[in-house]
Amino acid sequence: MSMIHVSTTINGDEAEFLCDPRETLLDVLRDKLALTGAKEGCGTGDCGACSVTVDGRLVCSCLVLGAEAQGKSITTVEGIAEGESLHPLQEKFIEYAALQCGICTPGILVATKALLEKNPDPTETEVRYWLAGNLCRCTGYDKIIRAVMDTAADLRKAS
Amino acid sequence: MQYHSPASFEDAVGIAASADGTTRFLAGGTDVLVQLRADVFTPDVLIDVKNIEGVKDIVCEDGGWRIGAAVSGAEMSENAELARQWPGLVEAMDLIGSTQVQGRATLVGNLCNGSPAADSVPAMFAADVSANITGPNGERRVAVSEIPVGPGKTSLEKGEVITALHIPQRGDNAADAYLRFIPRTEMDIAVVGCAVNLRLDGDTISEARVSLGAVAPKVLLVDEAAQAIIGTSLDENALNALAAAASAACNPINDKRGTIKFRTHVAGVLARRAAKIAYDRVRASK
Amino acid sequence: MALDDKKNGEFKVVGTRPNRPDGVDKVTGRARFGADVSAPGMLHAAIVRSPHAHAKILKIDTSRAMASKDVKAVVTRADFAEGLEGDDLNVLENVMAGEKALYDGHAVAAVAATSPLAARDAAKLIDVTYEILPHVTDVDKAMAKDAPVIREGAADKSVPPGLHPNVVRYHESGHGDVEEGFAQADLVIEDSFVTEAAHQGYIEPHACLAQLDADGKGEVWCCTQGHFNVQKICAKLVGTDASQIRVTASEIGGGFGGKTAVFIEPVALALSRKTNRPVKLVMSRAEVFRATGPTASTSMDIKIGMTSDGKITAGQGTFRLQGGAFPGAPMEFTAMCAFAPYNLENVFQVGYDVMSNRPKQAAYRAPGSPMAAFAVESVIDELCSQLGLDPIEVRLMNASKEGTKASYGPRFDRIGLVETLEAAKAHPHYSAPLAEGLGRGVSCGFWFNHGGETAVTLALSEDGTAALSVGTPDIGGSRASMCQMVAEELGIPYEKIRTTVADTATLGYNEVSHGSRVTYASGLAAINASRDAVEKLCGRAAAKWGIDPEAVYWDSGYAKPSGPNAGDFEPLALADITKNMGATGGPIVGHFEATPEGAGVSFATHIVDARVDKETGKTSVERYTVVQDAGKAIHPTYVEGQYQGGAAQGIGWALNEEYIYGEDGRLQNANFLDYRIPVASDLPMIDTVIVEVPNPGHPYGVRGVGETSICPPLAAIANAVSGAAGVRLKQLPMSPPRILEALDVQANG
Repeated sequence: MSMIHVSTTINGDEAEFLCDPRETLLDVLRDKLALTGAKEGCGTGDCGACSVTVDGRLVCSCLVLGAEAQGKSITTVEGIAEGESLHPLQEKFIEYAALQCGICTPGILVATKALLEKNPDPTETEVRYWLAGNLCRCTGYDKIIRAVMDTAADLRKAS
Repeated sequence: MQYHSPASFEDAVGIAASADGTTRFLAGGTDVLVQLRADVFTPDVLIDVKNIEGVKDIVCEDGGWRIGAAVSGAEMSENAELARQWPGLVEAMDLIGSTQVQGRATLVGNLCNGSPAADSVPAMFAADVSANITGPNGERRVAVSEIPVGPGKTSLEKGEVITALHIPQRGDNAADAYLRFIPRTEMDIAVVGCAVNLRLDGDTISEARVSLGAVAPKVLLVDEAAQAIIGTSLDENALNALAAAASAACNPINDKRGTIKFRTHVAGVLARRAAKIAYDRVRASK
Repeated sequence: MALDDKKNGEFKVVGTRPNRPDGVDKVTGRARFGADVSAPGMLHAAIVRSPHAHAKILKIDTSRAMASKDVKAVVTRADFAEGLEGDDLNVLENVMAGEKALYDGHAVAAVAATSPLAARDAAKLIDVTYEILPHVTDVDKAMAKDAPVIREGAADKSVPPGLHPNVVRYHESGHGDVEEGFAQADLVIEDSFVTEAAHQGYIEPHACLAQLDADGKGEVWCCTQGHFNVQKICAKLVGTDASQIRVTASEIGGGFGGKTAVFIEPVALALSRKTNRPVKLVMSRAEVFRATGPTASTSMDIKIGMTSDGKITAGQGTFRLQGGAFPGAPMEFTAMCAFAPYNLENVFQVGYDVMSNRPKQAAYRAPGSPMAAFAVESVIDELCSQLGLDPIEVRLMNASKEGTKASYGPRFDRIGLVETLEAAKAHPHYSAPLAEGLGRGVSCGFWFNHGGETAVTLALSEDGTAALSVGTPDIGGSRASMCQMVAEELGIPYEKIRTTVADTATLGYNEVSHGSRVTYASGLAAINASRDAVEKLCGRAAAKWGIDPEAVYWDSGYAKPSGPNAGDFEPLALADITKNMGATGGPIVGHFEATPEGAGVSFATHIVDARVDKETGKTSVERYTVVQDAGKAIHPTYVEGQYQGGAAQGIGWALNEEYIYGEDGRLQNANFLDYRIPVASDLPMIDTVIVEVPNPGHPYGVRGVGETSICPPLAAIANAVSGAAGVRLKQLPMSPPRILEALDVQANG
């Protein structure tokens, strides 16, 4: 089977890889580029653990082919922190214990960062619906929602 | 599986027409890639249409709208004027899947997947949306209601691809609405879906289209339901007649998502509720 | 080790809310879960699974798969140990089918290839010939006379004669005379209840990376609630010595009981042995649903008598649990938990463990208890409703207390049920006006909690810091609470301690992280190991000062002479002692190896408000309050998290989650689209009240908190929904079609 050559940008760095046409962007990130922050919880777009942004748009990387990454700019959870400093969302998730096992956390952080960039002042209901595609089985979402709301408030104050 | 990413629909059609084995077009991929991963269906040839010029267009045309084949649900929702004119259609699209799925899923894909439970399809039926199709034998334009023919099946010929959808001119005193029933608040496939598109003359309904999803092998346009409310001001009698006509049109199955009895009943409930929303929207816009 | 009373109220670190030590790893994506590691030369495996619910395996033809250059090995049952018996044979039979496939999704072969895609493709090329047999998946049908037999001779001696061979275990317990009790009642209600199987629904599928060499030495990396158990089982199934297999527990992406069982690690080891290469095996989501354990499904009959002023005169329950194709459905727990919250003179309960053609059930958070609470607490609610009594007052009147003879036998030690009921009664939620269309439900719940074999070591470093090694995988933030308890004992800052989940070569045997045992048992072990280290520290100080070790005590991080008679010496800080410990006797390490027996039972009371759309049958949970006894909350934020998580899982189980089997015995909803766990927009904020009635069996009073939180929700929601809908719901999940059907039956008969 012939492989496809893809050039792309991941977390600001240029990246190149060869992939099978059937391999998803998630397969490529995890198995070819050793970026294992995005998780496969379902492989069918139902859990959101593999969330990344492609050209700024939030998607499930399990529902994007590796080949489709050609010429795109991709951000994963590994690209959220800046240098030594964690993103305010990351800080707040730790402080609020907005994670228990942590498997859904990378996807939820990528998704909430995308939300706050689009809507800096979301209501609780807006946060809950935005995150409806990110399953968390541990927390009952309570502390996640509080962490997001509080980060949004902090960011609004800071800006 | 081969992957192609042609730069024109002409090339896309050429690849599809000459392909050995099965072909799928890839736009948002939210159905195609699920079927691939779940080993339900792996095409021999996959043709990505997203690098073709114009597929991301949302443009006003002939008083209505042209929606490119690769426009995502999120892009539709972000177009304030489209959402103002066709709130039911835009909401129907927006109900599909998660925020992540909205970043990819397309109207055309939702239509071509051929599911009777597709959320945007009843809304398109009710809005009388038409499709531009190109194929080995040239171009044609057909009503969207002509495209689904059964679960997973469409009337498209081998090598044919939908290049864009046309939403008609909205006109005055008109609005649409779409409701679906799911057990959760998000992330489910519709157990029943209902779209209502109305035009009023004063307080009286002068035009109506009512469409139901997930209650038959394909999405239904229910003329009896429309007739039940045309000429009325959506009083209780009209709503009862609408619900009865909607329920009567159902020919559903028992499956993991719902029973025949449940779907038939809820179709009537949703028809009432969706009609009221559409009706109130028209009145609020005055 | 009993409750250390002097500690109460004087905690410095325990009870605070520090950041978890693994927080940064978890928010940056660096934390390594089961599927996140690779090894040089690694192969990828895929499992071939039966599409049939019950079938004889006539032939497995691997020739088409082996013809591919990418395929390196195939294993079948013939590649595993022979001569196993009892439970070991059952585990092997589940890991890889022998003569029969016993459920849809049962593993029948596995393949190792050069890539995940190649492995998945190769699995499709393995041709298995089946002879399809009649199947049964429903608990009541599986007990019926004409039911197909899953496996002859599976029943143990507890089963009374005359029952179907699918009934494999039997339990009865109780005391008093229930008939006499019912005769004293003013109202007796008898009813039947059904619950469907629910899956733990952890977001991380099972995954492992394994290597097994020809000399029998092996390494396993996997996501598990208990790597020592993985070691023990793998050694038996592949036929090597336990000590030759080193198992490392990865970060675990949720377990809730479901990762206490072993499914794939022996398969990866067998493939590795055959190829002499490391093998990675990761389940798909569909495989998780089809082939790992959901909870048991149930069919239950309950009869309760009550006087007109609310005293329960007798309780009786029959609990039939379907646990899949192997013995082990937790029917005795269901029976024993059913009436545990209540002080009853007359109580009797019976349990049946029934096999069917479904995957082997696995533990799920207080296994067996939530279903019992659903049935019993629904009947109590109905009694309260018909007698016009307040549901909390009735529960208070009948509540178990210290000294009560429990429905399952022993007398309760100090327990906190009354305190949770009083707190629930006083909570603003309970007295808030109920809006039109809403129902309010209340329920109690009970779980035993567990101790279990535990070993830890606490190694002090030269710089005065400490490294705690535990053998219980951290499934909910336990590394934070371990560090807190060590900090409390040693008197050094929380940040100066690191807790690691050590591999099987590092510590003595540790039971799996289950039974809400980790903060209790590993915590007790950490405290004891700290005290062991403190004794050694005091010894070094004594030697330095030339006084008796008994004349030295430890206070807030310092060794001090115990009084004027001991001499006048400057206190020595921990770091002062450790900095030259090599010269004063060698490394200082605290130990604990034992089986703590004092896990205190725990109770909870939940309040929920629910709205029902009577036109569509859809329920929304609008307000939820959890009140639970934690004994002592080491890290209150994570205790709250356990309460909220248990409630959320209970909401899913109550309303929408269920295993749906077709007529063909195949699971129809093996994905997160149709196995509907709650999403963020489905839930309200979940309020919590931590009640602290110290457990006499733990030095700080800790009780386990992880499991009790899922015991009340099914009943509390059923009571709220029944109130809102105006009709009693007796089957879970209370999905919209079921609620509409109940309303229809009520209206039209």
